[in-house]
Amino acid sequence: MQKTLEEINQRIREGKAVVLTAEEIVGYTREKGLKAAFKEVDVVTTGTFGPMCSSGVYFNMGHTTPRMKLGGGRAYLNDVSAYAAFAAADLFIGANALPDDDPRNRIHPGEFNYGGGYVIEELVAGKDIRLEASAYGTDCYPRRRLSSYLNIKDLNEAVLFNMRNAYQNYNVAVNLSDKTIYTYMGVLKPNMGNINYCTAGMLSPLLNDPYYRTIGIGSRIFLGGGVGYVAWQGTQHNPGVARTEGGVPKGGAGTLAVIGDLKQMDARYLVGTSMLGYGVTLSVGIGVPIPILSEEILQSTLVTDDDIVGTVIDYSSAYPNLRPGAVAEVTYAQLRSGSVDINGKNIPTASLCSYSRAREIAVKLKTWVEQGKFEITSPVAPLPGIDSGLKVRPFNERPLGDTNHHIL
Amino acid sequence: MKTSKRIVLRFPQRLVDRPIVYHLIRDFDLAFNILKASITPDKEGLMVLEITGEREAYDKGIAYLNEAGVKIDSLNREVTRNENRCTHCGACVTMCPVDAFSIDEDNREINFDAKKCIVCGICIQACPPRAMELHF
Repeated sequence: MQKTLEEINQRIREGKAVVLTAEEIVGYTREKGLKAAFKEVDVVTTGTFGPMCSSGVYFNMGHTTPRMKLGGGRAYLNDVSAYAAFAAADLFIGANALPDDDPRNRIHPGEFNYGGGYVIEELVAGKDIRLEASAYGTDCYPRRRLSSYLNIKDLNEAVLFNMRNAYQNYNVAVNLSDKTIYTYMGVLKPNMGNINYCTAGMLSPLLNDPYYRTIGIGSRIFLGGGVGYVAWQGTQHNPGVARTEGGVPKGGAGTLAVIGDLKQMDARYLVGTSMLGYGVTLSVGIGVPIPILSEEILQSTLVTDDDIVGTVIDYSSAYPNLRPGAVAEVTYAQLRSGSVDINGKNIPTASLCSYSRAREIAVKLKTWVEQGKFEITSPVAPLPGIDSGLKVRPFNERPLGDTNHHIL
Repeated sequence: MKTSKRIVLRFPQRLVDRPIVYHLIRDFDLAFNILKASITPDKEGLMVLEITGEREAYDKGIAYLNEAGVKIDSLNREVTRNENRCTHCGACVTMCPVDAFSIDEDNREINFDAKKCIVCGICIQACPPRAMELHF
């Protein structure tokens, strides 16, 4: 038996849709049985909240008087450099951008207390942002300098774009060396002194739809507290990785590129984030609804932390040197218990993404759907699946000859 | 009456080779817990102690330290959590040497027990949204 999306959306419009979160559906189906649960449940909501470095915001600030061509000039937002290589009045700021005078890692480990992620958080929170820009001046755009406050409410468009988010599973990080290391997976103590992980496990969007049956290009989602859309597969989308019998990838697999109107988002779900010794980023909240169109789709939303396996990678040597090989495999249930045993050693675990906020997002999205405010879209095109042959390739390095160096 | 206080001891260079803290235990029957100890490049020693004992013995012990030339400050720094910034990720949990952070199994939020905190400051830089703050 199948359900159509139109039937589900009809129930959403009437305020009659039965919606459960990815946590709730597990117990519900256990109690009712798969067939009965499939008949009753229309939508399962997922959520995730964690550092997502490939995030940025572009905006159009309107034309100044006299006009100024920012494209090809330079621009700073709260001293953080923005990308100014588009048209006259558009800027893009990336989550990892730093002020020019940040010491970076010259004093190791650098603190990275401010950068693009924080500018985005302040912009969405409605705070005034300092803009300083210079341009070369043309006959049609004569102005050369601008320094002004800027506020999101005055911008023509402000758009969050993330080119790689909501990773379908991810590495679990340890440090096998004898000194502390500072990574995007957090501070890792020597000799496997701790173990860090970063997925929302059974709440995570793509782990509840492991074969991308309902999530695709055009899917309407919860993004940063507002409504957004899946724009494309994310960069490094890698559907062909090893999977468990249940189809759950054992490492980083699918990713989403997402887009949405920053003006209706909320700083609670877009938080400037610093990783000691690594850099600045943005923690992003994403929630994806899964329409329960078939028993098969329902079955995949029953995934629990026991079913999700993370691959433990050594971030002191194997990861930086792009060497294959895993230290161990552990389930998310083990990771969430607070400690795991690896080679006879009991190692405390910590998460870098917030499970409580992932749950909050799934519940919030559930409420939106229940209240008839959020209908489910049918993807206009699927994401490349396991048969696509698509896989991540390492950089193909072809060194320049000595005579071809220009910069370094 | 028992008393328990956290104090910062600064040892001038001429005292670093004398077993001062040892006398605190032997002569005054005080229990102590070393929260932090370091020697600065100019060889001044710094020690943060939690001292527990009878009130009278505690006062005598402090008098002994004063007499010996140790500079004493009360530990008036504290680490607090900015609840508006904390996202309850949990990166702090394994960083803290005294388990001041714990996960609430019900709501998966991170609890911070300021009473356990020894003001080492490790959580401050390790906190991704920079929610932990040091106050003087």
